[in-house]
Amino acid sequence: MVVILWTDGLVFLLSGLILAFAVYASRRPHLSLPWRRVGQSRSGMISAVILICFVSIGLLDSFHFRPQIAIDKGKPIYSVEVLSAFDFLVETMRNHTERTYSSPFSAYAFSRETVASDGVQSRIYPRLRYGGADLADPGRERIPDILKRSLVAALEGIGVWALLAAILVFRHSGGKSFPDAASSIFRGETEIPWNAMLGTLLAIFLIAFPAFALSSHYHVFGTDKVGQDVFYLALKSIRTGLVIGTLTTLVMLPFAIFLGIMAGYLGGWLDDVIQYLYTMLNSIPAVLLIAASVLMMQVYIDAHPALFETMAERADLRLLFLCMILGMTSWTGLCRLLRGEALKLREMEYILAAQAFGVSRLRIVTRHILPNVMHIVLISVVMEFSSLVLAEAVLSYVGVGVDPSMISFGTMINSARLEMAREPMVWWPLAAAFVFMFAMVLSANLFADAVRDAFDPRTRVASRRIPPVKDEA
Amino acid sequence: MIAYLIRRLLYAVPILVGVNLLTFALFFVVNTPDDMARIQLGIKRVTPDAIHNWKVAHGYDKPLFFNPGESGSNFFTDTIFFEKSVPMFRFEFGRSDDGRDIAQEIESRAGPSLEIALPVFLIGMMTNVSFALMMAFFRATLVDVWGVVMCVAAMSISGLFYIIGGQFLVAKLWHWVPISGFEAGASSLKFVILPVVIGVASGLGSGARWYRTIFLEEIGRDYVRTAKAKGISEIRVLFHHVLRNGLIPILTGAVVVIPSLFMGSLIMESFFGIPGLGSYTLDAINSQDFAIVRSMVFIGSVLYIIGLMLTDISYTLADPRIRLQ
Repeated sequence: MVVILWTDGLVFLLSGLILAFAVYASRRPHLSLPWRRVGQSRSGMISAVILICFVSIGLLDSFHFRPQIAIDKGKPIYSVEVLSAFDFLVETMRNHTERTYSSPFSAYAFSRETVASDGVQSRIYPRLRYGGADLADPGRERIPDILKRSLVAALEGIGVWALLAAILVFRHSGGKSFPDAASSIFRGETEIPWNAMLGTLLAIFLIAFPAFALSSHYHVFGTDKVGQDVFYLALKSIRTGLVIGTLTTLVMLPFAIFLGIMAGYLGGWLDDVIQYLYTMLNSIPAVLLIAASVLMMQVYIDAHPALFETMAERADLRLLFLCMILGMTSWTGLCRLLRGEALKLREMEYILAAQAFGVSRLRIVTRHILPNVMHIVLISVVMEFSSLVLAEAVLSYVGVGVDPSMISFGTMINSARLEMAREPMVWWPLAAAFVFMFAMVLSANLFADAVRDAFDPRTRVASRRIPPVKDEA
Repeated sequence: MIAYLIRRLLYAVPILVGVNLLTFALFFVVNTPDDMARIQLGIKRVTPDAIHNWKVAHGYDKPLFFNPGESGSNFFTDTIFFEKSVPMFRFEFGRSDDGRDIAQEIESRAGPSLEIALPVFLIGMMTNVSFALMMAFFRATLVDVWGVVMCVAAMSISGLFYIIGGQFLVAKLWHWVPISGFEAGASSLKFVILPVVIGVASGLGSGARWYRTIFLEEIGRDYVRTAKAKGISEIRVLFHHVLRNGLIPILTGAVVVIPSLFMGSLIMESFFGIPGLGSYTLDAINSQDFAIVRSMVFIGSVLYIIGLMLTDISYTLADPRIRLQ
């Protein structure tokens, strides 16, 4: 049975909007020009490749369904567990749960257990159920086995990469011979830095292929307290982070754009009211406002358990609500920026000309003001993304973030805090959360920088105007 | 300027009323006092009598906004909203759900909170400005490029990792300072130093990068070229002309940071076991003590409004061209 959760629906809506815009903009040079400038940025395109990998995992993780477990009198019975297409792909990883902690690539449990054999009780490190289970003598065979498996997978990865690279070269040959086209791409003579992107892709494949290949025989990032594979948890956290980073802005954009332009363009008492509204919202410490709203919603959810058929639906609604609250607290900044810009645009000659021609206010706003503030909207949306992903972790730590049953970077870090205090220390859940979160936020930041450089007219002028210091010497 | 400040103060009143109304609506309209009583007494098997007793004991046994049983001004005043909101403007916060006086708690916890938040703010500001100036001085060289790269990497790490990592390395592995705890007086230094260092480090990336763009924007201006044409040294231009003019946007930014200092120490204090306002709020959130959370929201918004006024005053100090009227 296919389940479309609220956030899934919105994620699909957002992807549809982006696709529609891409098609629309590609036919209009004035819209696609700044994007071509993004395409020329090396760091921007490298981070875009990484982001695309994250986004595709997140999208796969958004196709939810409930597996059928039995058929009763012709009617199928569905499991209460909601799975996603991604869960289906990494089923082995999801099902390989141990009893408790085990360190990365280990074949033995992390702590001693009392085992009775032949009537003699002894405290030993028992073998894991899945991690390195097919090895007879892990001490001797484990490392060669890991090396062999990762080498095979890495070769597979190189094969797939070479195929993709060949397709790319073929598409870009355009009259040139294949070797010529290949050398122009690899020497970086193309407009878009394909060589950097291919290099990034190769690096990702060289890490991802062995990791996935090993994940069915070992726990690449170990297991957590209840024995779940940490690699699986980290991969599942990607969707939560992406949803918070994107849907929050999707929720807040209509408010910010509408109110900001109204306040700036129309002015008068409307301006006062809107300014009052955002000063008031700004003056409440964001964390407290979020905490208050989340607590409120939690009570509502607890009081109406009948509304939710599965736990996933409940967790999902809480996630959506968190996005809305975060949007409520973060629209004020963009609103103020747009108000200022609309105030400035209102006095521009082309707006005055439109007014003189008797163009209606609505039309002036939609045809003249809105397109001229869109670069501000876009820049603030991409800049906001990474700070929202980071905010999720902090909020989950405070206890007002996502549902505790929902896998996210915040819940992973939160539980890692107690694990760090253990002796000997359990470090791998924290390390996994760190690696994945850092990769995601860093590439988002770099991509946001590339977008800002391409769209912001101010930085374009400023970077040309600043003379380097060595000229003076 | 005094007239301007008085006008700002009067403007603060509707904002505070709005904040109160909003928090009140968030807490009470969706969760009725009955729900609150049920949370405090345990969700299941609560008799109506017990709920009624709890409500009477905590002053929640009245209608929310309007009291149809009363006439005249009592129609508005004999309600939960009036009785719980108006004393706040006199800074009387009442008692928390466990019976302690909130105002007294706040007074005793403000000290430890400030001991962390203030140094983090001041030292952080100085380090950020120094780093930004250094990058601006070495602009378009490798120092600048790598500085920006480090900044972007540093701001991509969640603040939680700075705290967990710093606590692990410095306190647990090297035993330089205690892991957590607090003592009043001079001996508090050894408890405070690690949170302060971590607080400064976690803000360095985004702060320094932001100030760098501000300074670079100033460096591109005509007066800088004029100053250089007159033969003034690079260092003097940087400190005398660029730093002073860059100070105006930095001051606005500094006040924007003040409310979020509150949030930063929320987590820091709970990690390091410091009995400040942040950990107080966090405990209140976790035990769902609405009286405390509401008081903290109110104080937070008062502080923010004071911050806005301070920004205006600091503008006139930093830039004599600006006059408040």
